[in-house]
Amino acid sequence: MTATLPAPGLPHTVPMERSIPSGGPAPRRMRAPWGDRVFSILAHAAAWLTLSLLVGILVSLFIGASPAIREYGLSFLWRSEWDPVGEKFGGLVMIYGTLVTSAIALIIAVPVSFGIALFLTELSPQWLKRPLGVAVELLAAVPSIVYGMWGLLVFGPILSTWVQLPLQGLFKGVPVLGSLFAGPPVGIGLMSAGIILAIMIIPYIASVMRDVFEVTPPMLKESAYGLGSTTWEVVWNIVLPYTKAGVVGGVMLGLGRALGETMAVTFVIGNMNQLNSISLFEAANSITSALANEFAEAGEGLHQASLIYLGLILFFITFVVLALSKLLLAQMRKGEGSRS
Amino acid sequence: MSALSFDAGRLAAHRRRKRVNALALSLSLAAMAFGIFWLLWILFETVWLGLDGLGLQVFTEMTPAPQAEVGGLANAIYGSFLMVLLAALIGTPVGVMAGIYLAEYGQRSWLGRVTQFINDILLSAPSIVIGLFIYSAVVARFKSFSGWAGVLALSLIVIPVVIRQTENMLNLVPHAMREAAYALGTPKWKVILSITLKSVRAGVLTGVLLAVARISGETAPLLFTALSNQFWTADLSQPMASLPVTIFKFAMSPYENWQKLAWAGVFLITLGVLALNIVARVFFRNKH
Repeated sequence: MTATLPAPGLPHTVPMERSIPSGGPAPRRMRAPWGDRVFSILAHAAAWLTLSLLVGILVSLFIGASPAIREYGLSFLWRSEWDPVGEKFGGLVMIYGTLVTSAIALIIAVPVSFGIALFLTELSPQWLKRPLGVAVELLAAVPSIVYGMWGLLVFGPILSTWVQLPLQGLFKGVPVLGSLFAGPPVGIGLMSAGIILAIMIIPYIASVMRDVFEVTPPMLKESAYGLGSTTWEVVWNIVLPYTKAGVVGGVMLGLGRALGETMAVTFVIGNMNQLNSISLFEAANSITSALANEFAEAGEGLHQASLIYLGLILFFITFVVLALSKLLLAQMRKGEGSRS
Repeated sequence: MSALSFDAGRLAAHRRRKRVNALALSLSLAAMAFGIFWLLWILFETVWLGLDGLGLQVFTEMTPAPQAEVGGLANAIYGSFLMVLLAALIGTPVGVMAGIYLAEYGQRSWLGRVTQFINDILLSAPSIVIGLFIYSAVVARFKSFSGWAGVLALSLIVIPVVIRQTENMLNLVPHAMREAAYALGTPKWKVILSITLKSVRAGVLTGVLLAVARISGETAPLLFTALSNQFWTADLSQPMASLPVTIFKFAMSPYENWQKLAWAGVFLITLGVLALNIVARVFFRNKH
């Protein structure tokens, strides 16, 4: 019985409560002990279920991918051919697409989110804080399929005319930038996918940054202001160093989202298995869009196994990124507790 | 003389610092405007193009063939509604119980810490991987795409959201309330159900609403679990249409009538999801 009834983990529980399960003499009176036992078992079972979900996901992906793992091993990571008819598969094109689109997303989203968090914590008048905060959170709530469709049918054409063509004109002949911006300016490809991902992850990063900025002790900020610092100097030299673990954690959270995002990317990336140039305008493919487009039609066998292998790689990358994010944010919270 | 040039140097430094500050703050304002700009633009296009395709037939007619005259989204709307409802019904109790475990039982145990960690990962895990998991665990085993597989995939997304919210809310309950109840000899399950959980039910309900909002727009986990269906079906052992998957299929097609319906669907989903989010917020604020 004591095994199913661990002592409640609350620091201030009354001594009487603590003495009940500690294996001493049986308590004189205990109403409905079976009720407690059943409830405790249910709660434990739910926690175990959550744990087994993760294990289940890993195991099932591993089993599903095992034919491809046996066939290619780790060389799958750098093989670039993807030929369902000839049964030859390699993940390089998709992994490249996923990493490049996420990188573009971060390059755009991190400074913008920092600006938004700065505005919400230091600049915004009190009455505007809440509505603006809610607006940013609503941006996170918009389903990704809406971003995808909007990106394909509304944003893509505009990007092509107003951004891609001028960029091409500007950098024509410039060594590296020129080839980055080469290719067909049709508003579909790595760059559009990256921009749309950026719009999608801005709210996540911005709201984490805002939350961690707000826990900076006012005493520190007031002291800096008292010495004559400007708002920018306070944020750059006081708030940011104090919250850097949390800020990096927020960026990691956004990165995790960007890596795993499916619909928004599938609509605009173009779904072409090619890796002919480093151009950002070329249509390409990402892990998630390959899965979304091919999986339901893939025949059982090596094709399906290779797609599941891609899913396993994606899950592994996002797991590492999200775990890092979680650890950094936890470290931030611990520091906050010890310093205040 | 030296004092004067010292002052001049300080003044210049001061002016430079002020300029840097002004520049940084205007950039911050621009970033805020940038964020709001996308939200407004997306909403505007959704409403503008969505209303164009909207009509009574969207709610009464089945999904049409390409280039057909009439057609709606009735089966997709029904399928989405059914699957979201069932997923919430399955996911909520599990999520609430696991949340109770984390807040009331396992705060110091390794199981509690590990579960909390894993839950935060599951909360942001790529939803398409959840679809892959259900495909291998359910669809491949029963050799058929089905509404039930879709329900299960969605419920796996509900669980972490509800766990997080339940745990956070329960942690807000003052210990004195629990202690008072224990002092009266109340058994633990009763303390949890009728005191702590009851006092935060608005918060837990908010979590459920947010979870429903999230799964209403999820496409990726349904692509190879529920698949899609051109016809009306209430049989969950059959492939089942859903609004997001139908939008995906229609929007990527070259047919004009399909694209119009896709915009109508996007309008409905956006409206529903944003309304749920706002309702959850207002509801939560009124109760707390």
